[in-house]
Amino acid sequence: MAVAPGLFTGQDPNAIAFLERLKAPSLAHPLGTDENGRDLWARLVFGTRPTLLAGVSVIALSLVVGSAAGLAVGYAGRHVDELLMRVIEFFLAFPQVIWALAIATVMGRGLVVCVLALALTWWAQYARLMRAQVLVVKEREFVLASRALGQRAWRILLRHLLPNCVSTVLVKATIDVSLAILLLAALSFLGVGAQPPSPEWGAMVTIGRKYLLDYPWYATFPGLAIFLMVLAFNILGERVRDVLDPTSKTWRA
Amino acid sequence: MARVILRRLPLLALLLAGISLAAFLLTQQLPGDPAFIAAGGGEATPEMIAHARARLGLDRPMSVQYAYYMRGVLQGDFGRSMVNAKPVIEDIRKFWPASVELALAAIAISAVVGVPLGVASAVRARRWLDRLITPGSVFLGSMPIFWLGLMAVLVFYRMLDMLPAGGRLTVGFAPPPAVTGLYVVDALLARDLAVLRDALRHLVLPASILSVVSLAMITRVTRSAMLDILHEDYLRTARAKGLAEPVVVLKHALRNASVPIVTVIGIQLGQLIGGVVITETIFSWPGLGLYAVTAVDNQDYPAIIAFTLITTVVYVVINLVVDLLYPVLNPQVRS
Repeated sequence: MAVAPGLFTGQDPNAIAFLERLKAPSLAHPLGTDENGRDLWARLVFGTRPTLLAGVSVIALSLVVGSAAGLAVGYAGRHVDELLMRVIEFFLAFPQVIWALAIATVMGRGLVVCVLALALTWWAQYARLMRAQVLVVKEREFVLASRALGQRAWRILLRHLLPNCVSTVLVKATIDVSLAILLLAALSFLGVGAQPPSPEWGAMVTIGRKYLLDYPWYATFPGLAIFLMVLAFNILGERVRDVLDPTSKTWRA
Repeated sequence: MARVILRRLPLLALLLAGISLAAFLLTQQLPGDPAFIAAGGGEATPEMIAHARARLGLDRPMSVQYAYYMRGVLQGDFGRSMVNAKPVIEDIRKFWPASVELALAAIAISAVVGVPLGVASAVRARRWLDRLITPGSVFLGSMPIFWLGLMAVLVFYRMLDMLPAGGRLTVGFAPPPAVTGLYVVDALLARDLAVLRDALRHLVLPASILSVVSLAMITRVTRSAMLDILHEDYLRTARAKGLAEPVVVLKHALRNASVPIVTVIGIQLGQLIGGVVITETIFSWPGLGLYAVTAVDNQDYPAIIAFTLITTVVYVVINLVVDLLYPVLNPQVRS
């Protein structure tokens, strides 16, 4: 649906038809219409892409920056490690939603600003995780061996450390995408994320809220869509963890 | 204990300095030139603007400006609201008890429901209740709480007409005499049962919605902490002594599992802050969160920055207290 929204609906998500305002679900409009007579199903379908893309971007950004920082910190040795860990802890100390709300208010609303604002604190989680992994792996024999062979530091980092640390980080990333989608939707709901007329799901719930008591389906379906997407990523995350990390069976013990 | 606190204090001071610096840098990004506005706006001549700039200290170096800003903040001066021109701190004093009441009620609900649920599912591991817990917590954890809140309003207010849709008291009820600022506690202190009933009716829906996220976490952690302990030798001994099963589970097992449980409750209390903002928005709960969202809508920057700074400090302090409690609860890590 995110790749080719046109295949899933014949309706234009931005076609305005005032005569068709706030219609209940029917054959022509399976989920009803919004306050401008736009088809809600079409808007949901077209909203898949921004919703999904924004959530994935937050984590992708944090993953890349955090992993690079974590690799460097873990490998660099004691003094750099000590200093940079304080920096990482500093970024971990911020309540994410509150700061994203403040940053987006001051720097200008929009989905892109929210993505950057969330990534600004989120990378530190990956840096901490990556560093912990590196500290374990770098004492293993094959790393010591390649160091003894005189290989360069960046080669050891990329060829030996990274592949052995990446699976734990990827498991976290899959589960985190669901959290990122939730937080972004919440920011949109609070009015600093995606701006109308974008069919982003969180923003749709916000507008639907105004019509909640008389036209309950309007807010119900976009919220349901967010819920299903987040649930899907959570289940995917659990599966990925079972595949990549056989040691973590603790939840099902 | 005192030594641990003393060792953490410099780090805490550094952290708070960093956070305030971040807040200060945010104020520097604000659109508009404050000197231009202070000089009277459109009519101002370049000399008037320069004069206002000097008067406000805006011509000084950034570091000096930061020092001035910090001096104000430490004295509780967060500037004046751009909407009602009152000092921001006055509004914050007025609104924070409502948020505290909501957050405490939510964490109480999730602890009172979550801990027994976790214990029960660990004791009856792999039975039907236990099999529901893990998927159930993933299910709940995937709900956007703003949506869940709206659905709750639809069901309990519009369809069943059981509970109010928002606010802290029905119009016409006077708030109880302020002692703590928490209406439920104040109504109890004043022995005013009608107000107490009304306050509780308004509190139950937002607090339940807010408790959902932490409920899932607390249940999971309680369950796994209990599972770790239920097979220990001293529990077999206790059973062998002929103690009743509830005594074994509650007195021997739960007490030893309490470290991770108390820790997760503390952490969740910090995590609630973001949820408080959302829940207050949905239920028109007149606390700091609703104040902040209104400020966002009005572009009331001093209010937003003050809110951000204060909630961050609260968040940091909660997490610090959780860290400090850890050795108190678990003698093994004291060394």
